[in-house]
Amino acid sequence: MRFVDEFREPELINKTAQEIRRLTDPQRHYRLMEVCGGHTHAIYRFGLKDLLPPNIEFIHGPGCPVCVLPMGRIDDGLSMTEQPDVIFTAFGDMMRVPGTHGSPLEYKARGADIRIVYSPADALKLAQTNPDRHVMFFAIGFETTAPSTGLTLMRARALGIRNFSVFCNHVTIIPAIRAILDSPDMRLDAFIGPGHVSTVIGCRPYEWIARQAGRPIVVSGFEPLDILESIVMLLRQLKEGRVEVENQYKRVVPWEGNRAALKVMAEVFQLRPYFEWRGMGFISQSALRLRDSYAEFDAEQRFRIPGIRVTDPKAAQCGEVLKGVLKPHQCKLFGKECTPELPVGALMVSSEGSCAAYYNYEHRRAALTSLGVTAPAL
Amino acid sequence: MQPVPKLRFRDTQIEMAHGAGGKASRRLVEGLFVPLLGAPSAGPLGDSAYVRMNGTRLAITTDSFVVKPLRFPGGSIGELAVYGTVNDLAVSGARAETLVVTFVLEAGLPTEILEYEVRAMAAAARRAGVVIAGGDTKVVEHGKADYMYIGSCGIGRLIDGVEVSPESVRPGDRILLSGPIGDHGITILLARGELDLEAEVCSDTRPVLPLIEAMAAVAAPGIRWMRDPTRGGVATSLNELALDCGLGICLAEEQIPVHNSVRGACELLGLEPMHIANEGQFLAIVAPEFADAALAALRAAPGGQEAAMIGEVREQPAGTVLVSTLYGGTRVIDMLVGDPLPRIC
Amino acid sequence: MCLAIPGKIVELLPERENLALVEVSGVRRKIDVGLLNDDPAKAGDWVLIHVGFAMSKISERDATDRMRVLAMLGEDEAAMREIEGYGLVESEPGSRGIRSGGS
Repeated sequence: MRFVDEFREPELINKTAQEIRRLTDPQRHYRLMEVCGGHTHAIYRFGLKDLLPPNIEFIHGPGCPVCVLPMGRIDDGLSMTEQPDVIFTAFGDMMRVPGTHGSPLEYKARGADIRIVYSPADALKLAQTNPDRHVMFFAIGFETTAPSTGLTLMRARALGIRNFSVFCNHVTIIPAIRAILDSPDMRLDAFIGPGHVSTVIGCRPYEWIARQAGRPIVVSGFEPLDILESIVMLLRQLKEGRVEVENQYKRVVPWEGNRAALKVMAEVFQLRPYFEWRGMGFISQSALRLRDSYAEFDAEQRFRIPGIRVTDPKAAQCGEVLKGVLKPHQCKLFGKECTPELPVGALMVSSEGSCAAYYNYEHRRAALTSLGVTAPAL
Repeated sequence: MQPVPKLRFRDTQIEMAHGAGGKASRRLVEGLFVPLLGAPSAGPLGDSAYVRMNGTRLAITTDSFVVKPLRFPGGSIGELAVYGTVNDLAVSGARAETLVVTFVLEAGLPTEILEYEVRAMAAAARRAGVVIAGGDTKVVEHGKADYMYIGSCGIGRLIDGVEVSPESVRPGDRILLSGPIGDHGITILLARGELDLEAEVCSDTRPVLPLIEAMAAVAAPGIRWMRDPTRGGVATSLNELALDCGLGICLAEEQIPVHNSVRGACELLGLEPMHIANEGQFLAIVAPEFADAALAALRAAPGGQEAAMIGEVREQPAGTVLVSTLYGGTRVIDMLVGDPLPRIC
Repeated sequence: MCLAIPGKIVELLPERENLALVEVSGVRRKIDVGLLNDDPAKAGDWVLIHVGFAMSKISERDATDRMRVLAMLGEDEAAMREIEGYGLVESEPGSRGIRSGGS
């Protein structure tokens, strides 16, 4: 696969890993936060930890749009299925996320019409081919995904579609990073910046992280070579005492972002004054809702939703794990009441969620290490 | 007095995941079916059951087929119904001889669709060298059977010299795979039409007995275990083996054959090829002194040219399947939890 | 938010504006290229695809630049060591190797 395989080339990966080893100070402990859940997933999928010296630690950030959705919002979305003509559409990522009365898949098992879509455009198409039904699209994602939802809504309006609505749960990344840095128990050296969000917002929005918060940030791609190179760049900054925003993912991320995408977002969405993030509380100006000019497509206005705040079970520590304060296995429910099969929180059910990633990989490794067995190199 | 079996299955309702072949399926079988139905000394759950009748050892298996859509590039439900059962017996070390089938048909099903599938079954039976000796038919109300469901039960004699069980697996044994993975599952996913993807991909459904016989001809004493990785994919099958034999499975990612279009679809949808169903492949654990000959025999046999040696069995990490990359990264791959779901994150 | 895959635009489709057929390793799908209107996509372009929309064009030149830079890792190091062996150059932080990508 072009533009994928080259970035998985073993010799280059080894060279880059060697450079990382060369750059790390054995006396120092490096805490790098990868903001984006996609990076968390990639780190585990490609086994990158095996290539790094032990004094580099990844702190998993809150960039998992499924994980940060409070349970109450899932309940709200699912409540819309009470009307029999509704077709509930969402990305596959949402299907196993537990609501108070079950996940979307469980609702489907009980008879609700719930369908997986790969694209909001597919949800709109469903509305066109099912004129006697109402198609509701449960929109999630950061700024990477919002423009696509936005463009879909613009099309819906242009086509005069009347049986389509969006339940908007798009969130924005900068306030989340700010909340992390404002956290008193946070000790981070640097950031691996979200690569695909940046194709939309560019690199400028991160400048305050360097200037005001004094942390280097490198906007990174998602292949093994991308992530390793980004670590090299961060280590160089730390070694040389520089604090900058750098763009490792230049082949895809324009420094100024995607103006057309930002225009679409501005046309269709506005910022909510505040929004609740699971485990992080209310963060101001951190989420999007449809503008009044698109009210006819706003599921929150079309449907009467319970809007009940559901707090996580006391023992669940999703919030602390999201903020990187706790490692997944330090949550009391981890691996016992909360497993990928029977998840309590979204961090365990989402493929990007740090708990799921940790459960599938670290958990075993830690168990093996405690038995005095190290995972063998092949 | 017989002890009252303890039911460990605590889910309050049955979900799609329970049929997906992964963890939930295993929980259902081990937690509900085995305690209530199984003999107290039942061993690990295999593809077939072995019975002894009048001194002859036989294998017997059953499977049901509920695929939607009925027809897809590379095959249809009728073929699956024959090859699926024949293959279950083949990987249990048996040559299928006789099948009996059941049809659950939906009222309103056009006869021509039924006829098509029955012809497909007849052709598949001829190709696989089995006789369909009988069956049963039930018709249910419109809307209750997705056109048709087919169940098939097969019985066969054990192949001389081949004896498979998880207990015989040893550290150092090699893992062979008969061909590229993921073709069937991706074909079905695309054939459902919901994801709007087009690809040159078709189901790999076929009888695997000829390949197994080719392998057995040179390596029979070395074949420790076999499985056809259907729902849940090779990851699920190998995880089950790892748990059953208490050893570790270590795979080399670059050795696992995957067709380009399957890979493309998986990358696009965020799916893991090792979790995707196959209908014409099998895994074999072979003792190291026989492994090269077994692989050569597979590659020389018709349909086996893409066979590969994908890893080996090790003492540690016990009960776990590890995948390593060319550049030295490793990860654990688990059993499938529910159905593979496309993701955007 | 993060799963985005490189694909090649096979053709722009006539049935609607901003619709293109893209191919990823032999798999084809119709995607919306409306977010690239500032620099419209055309057949043969490589784009990054996320949820059925093209997010950005992929710069082949930047991709090869990256690979070249990484390929030189270690070589510079070896070269520096050799030169240092002559006793002519003081090694300082930042003087060796590759410039950061932010320039």
